[in-house]
Amino acid sequence: MEMRGIYMDNHATTPVDPRVLEAMLPYFGDVFGNAASRSHAFGWAAERAVETGREQVARLIGARAKDIIFTSGATESNNLAIRGVVEFYKDKGNHVITQVTEHKAVLDTCRALEREGRARVTYLPVDRYGQIDLDQLRDAITDQTVLVSIMYANNEIGTVQPIAEIGRLCRERGVLFHTDAVQGAGKLPIDVEAMCIDLLSITAHKIYGPKGIGALYVRSRGPRVRLTPLIYGGGHERGMRSGTLNVPGIVGFGRACEIAGASMAEESARILALRQRLQDGIFGQLDEVYLNGHPQHRLPGNLNVSFAFVEGESLLMGLNGSVNAIAAGSGVVPVAVSSGSACTSATLEPSYVLKALGVGDDLAHTSIRFGLGRFNTVEEVDYVIDRVVGEVRRLRELSPLYEMVKEGIDLKTVAWQRE
Amino acid sequence: MAYSDKVLDHYANPRNVGALPKDDPNVGTGIVGAPECGDVMKLQLRIRDDGVVEDAKFKTFGCGSAIASSSYVTELVKGKTVDEVLAIKNTHIVQELSLPPVKIHCSVLAEDGIKAAIADWKRKRGEATAQPAAASEAAAAK
Repeated sequence: MEMRGIYMDNHATTPVDPRVLEAMLPYFGDVFGNAASRSHAFGWAAERAVETGREQVARLIGARAKDIIFTSGATESNNLAIRGVVEFYKDKGNHVITQVTEHKAVLDTCRALEREGRARVTYLPVDRYGQIDLDQLRDAITDQTVLVSIMYANNEIGTVQPIAEIGRLCRERGVLFHTDAVQGAGKLPIDVEAMCIDLLSITAHKIYGPKGIGALYVRSRGPRVRLTPLIYGGGHERGMRSGTLNVPGIVGFGRACEIAGASMAEESARILALRQRLQDGIFGQLDEVYLNGHPQHRLPGNLNVSFAFVEGESLLMGLNGSVNAIAAGSGVVPVAVSSGSACTSATLEPSYVLKALGVGDDLAHTSIRFGLGRFNTVEEVDYVIDRVVGEVRRLRELSPLYEMVKEGIDLKTVAWQRE
Repeated sequence: MAYSDKVLDHYANPRNVGALPKDDPNVGTGIVGAPECGDVMKLQLRIRDDGVVEDAKFKTFGCGSAIASSSYVTELVKGKTVDEVLAIKNTHIVQELSLPPVKIHCSVLAEDGIKAAIADWKRKRGEATAQPAAASEAAAAK
């Protein structure tokens, strides 16, 4: 069997919890009905399963079950929330406020609406830790503003935004508030009532559920939020999202939410301790390493570090087993993490999130994101510390930049020959 | 990204890593790329008075393909004359290492690096050169 190794990329996706898989299995077999079939027991059984799932998802975020709209995932949820609100409220206004480190599912939706002439969008800046300024948000709201969309926690740097304060501000000003809570849900407490959230995107596969199922919370009262659908058809999901429901996915999503809700306090504390151990192990042994994101207000499982003078993709290559494939039997375990280096992106541009924090391109190229999750252990963390420290030291021996800095050369004063 | 076996081999076992004395009149140093672009290569050649490359060393900040390109090129140039080295094209490196299109710039940088090193060597010998090698000069000045 192929050795896939230690998985520390839990912001990208998470493995399906065995308890979730177990809950889903019957719905690929005996219970195959269409939840919209009202005329027989096959449909009723499927509908019961869907409604249980809906309640489980709602409970995780303190919502009413009927306010949960199932979608194919958070990208669709973000598209539906933003486009749906802009379309429906076009007579009220056309201004949307978001911020620069949002996920592309939000940013690209906003840009598309701008291009189409449907919306004017304000992209708030963030501070060096990735948080927005509430006064800037307050000042940005106009009588044309119909929606504020600010994520709960960032997928690259883990920075958590002051969601409750943002929600309160939006409620005072009578503006709808959407949050992409994909990374925060199941890890940090969410209460759509206390936090004055009107729309919220969530997906199953980041919380140990299956891929291809997500939800959009759409507040039905206090205030009632209306949306123009993206997908038309049989009028499923209160007419906001037509299409036959993904019953096994919803069952798994529900179970994943139930487990996350029940274990959140204990699990987040455990994962935070692992993160601290990883951070201390790395920072204690290497010089010229820099934490990206907020030192306190961040996801428990997120550690984003720039290893100066070591390009991120080369470090990934040393960790991820590419090399071991030709040196089988080495006993080296591959480690799965990700990087904000340009070399790992399709655009060859380094991370726009790090750029927005004011991290220079030189350090952005050296960033590695560790995403700790439910199934990581202390032993894995200790092994990863050793591997990372070893690889960084090896690559720094190869790095002309490290050599120059050690010789006392200020890299900023060098006239680099750019391509 | 799937790497070719040759890239993986050079990455895992880079040849000729290190430094030659910058002030040696027989050593040419080329530093190309920029930290904010994610690639910096330092290539050094020790060239005999008869114009044959007798040693080569490199250090590279960059992705695996950049490290492999510079490691490979240090092997390639040894024993060649300056004119032979100047005739090396990046496409040769691309072919040898099976670099995918997104990594072609790594081979270009390696070609630029050896040319910059030879330009530096020529400058030291008082031969006129049109090659700018600002980074190399800054490094050599220290």
